[in-house]
Amino acid sequence: MTMLDVNGLNVWFGKNRDRVDAVKGASFQVAGGESFGLVGESGSGKSTILRAITGLAPDWSGTVTVNGTPITGKKRPRGFFKTVQMVFQDPYASLHPRHSVDQVLGETLHLHGFDDIDGRVAKLLDDVGLGQKFRFRYPHQLSGGQRQRVAIARALAPEPTVLLLDEPTSALDVSVQAEILNLLADLRADRGLTYLMVSHDLSVVGHMCDRLAVMRNGEIVEILDVAALRASQASHPYSQQLLQASL
Amino acid sequence: MSDTQTLRQWLLTETPTSRRHAKLSALYQGWLSFRSNTMAMVGLGILIALVLIAFAAPLLAPHDPFSQDLGNRLAPLGTEGHVFGTDSLGRDILSRLIYGARITLYIVALVALIAPVAGLLVGTVSGYVGGWADVVLMRITDIFLAFPRLVLALAFVAALGAGIENAVLAISLTAWPPYARIARAETLTIRSSDYISAIKLQGAGPIRIITKHIWPLCISSLIVRVTLDMAGIILAAAGLGFLGLGAQPPSPEWGAMISEGRRFILDHWWVATVPGLAIFTVSLAFNLLGDGLRDVLDPKAGE
Repeated sequence: MTMLDVNGLNVWFGKNRDRVDAVKGASFQVAGGESFGLVGESGSGKSTILRAITGLAPDWSGTVTVNGTPITGKKRPRGFFKTVQMVFQDPYASLHPRHSVDQVLGETLHLHGFDDIDGRVAKLLDDVGLGQKFRFRYPHQLSGGQRQRVAIARALAPEPTVLLLDEPTSALDVSVQAEILNLLADLRADRGLTYLMVSHDLSVVGHMCDRLAVMRNGEIVEILDVAALRASQASHPYSQQLLQASL
Repeated sequence: MSDTQTLRQWLLTETPTSRRHAKLSALYQGWLSFRSNTMAMVGLGILIALVLIAFAAPLLAPHDPFSQDLGNRLAPLGTEGHVFGTDSLGRDILSRLIYGARITLYIVALVALIAPVAGLLVGTVSGYVGGWADVVLMRITDIFLAFPRLVLALAFVAALGAGIENAVLAISLTAWPPYARIARAETLTIRSSDYISAIKLQGAGPIRIITKHIWPLCISSLIVRVTLDMAGIILAAAGLGFLGLGAQPPSPEWGAMISEGRRFILDHWWVATVPGLAIFTVSLAFNLLGDGLRDVLDPKAGE
């Protein structure tokens, strides 16, 4: 069944003469448990789609349905964030500099109305491969990979079914990238998560995703599955060009 | 291994074991970097001394600051029993200085409680909410900023009546706009950052975001600004005292003491100079402390 259905999505910034159309008529479906990739160069509107779904980009039109429930406008109901969570691109920017790991996770759990917060924080840290010794550290005491693990733990805290990944490894070292990608793959297998993953790196998407959409200038030019990607069987010239460039 | 060394190691650990431990460790590291700044430590030392003097004023003062002795008026520096001499009514200047420290501290503490808090509230709400709230609050701030500080304070005191409380109120009313501006500027950069987006995705409302996520980041730069402004606040209070609109005689407020000494400044210079030096010392101490605190607290400089 379809977990995430995006139909004719337009997203724009600014008004009148300053209006910039970041996404134009994007449509795709992601099945439950599937991992779907969005690829394209910088500024092609990949991340904007994620921000529109979560309500961080306020001006959009079209229909977006999450698990059968259509979403509207700018504000999302509280329950929405129990289904959909997001991991941001830059772990150096997505953690509050004055909050310890314990505070970040504890506050998230508190906001979602969980009890036994202490036990849950400990379990989350174990789940993302960080030991208890990291619990009371501040972000500046963590490496980039460790920070991204904390960010993943935060996204997992409300026990969502859909995880939006906004280039989760592009700010990290190559060696750390592999660790984080493996962690994400394991988590998906364990929890049956649905991923919508944005990346400009075709090899990352090829490793992580079942299907992908290629974006250019805010439009989806082609949707293909990974087998076709591996066989270099893209039909649109721009996708072929991307494939050529990443070989 | 001695006890103090293990405590030091406990405080400097990279792997804190509890919430309290992590907080103490962060505090200790801040203290270490503050301690390495000699000038800031000098400033802190002067201010601690000022607080102690203010508390122990009755024990330290050699004379009653209000008792007059017209036979011994305008005694010069180093007169027996009057180290800093006496003023036009024969009151001991040293004793008056010591009691005046209380008034100075009182002014500083009250202004430091009122102005930055008001500025923080206005600035963060204005910056985070944006739109009409921002326009209205910032134009009000602009109006207050457009007046010269002392003139506006004068107008307030004139309207409210002379006296130390009204002087504090007037200074606070003129001191908050710069804090509101700083807090708003900080909020504008913070509110579009990923960690605010991330907490929004957990369903946090604006009140929680402003108080728990934006305030902690604004407060450090405000503290620095407050300590740097303290010198100006002391001077403004002294200025109001000098003009006769702050503390009223016979209160030993330092600015009022200068005002009294002004009449004799050519023949009996110490009557005005000694309280002037006291104001200078305390203002300098606050500036030094503020400089040191900026190095420790400013999030942009560190990390």
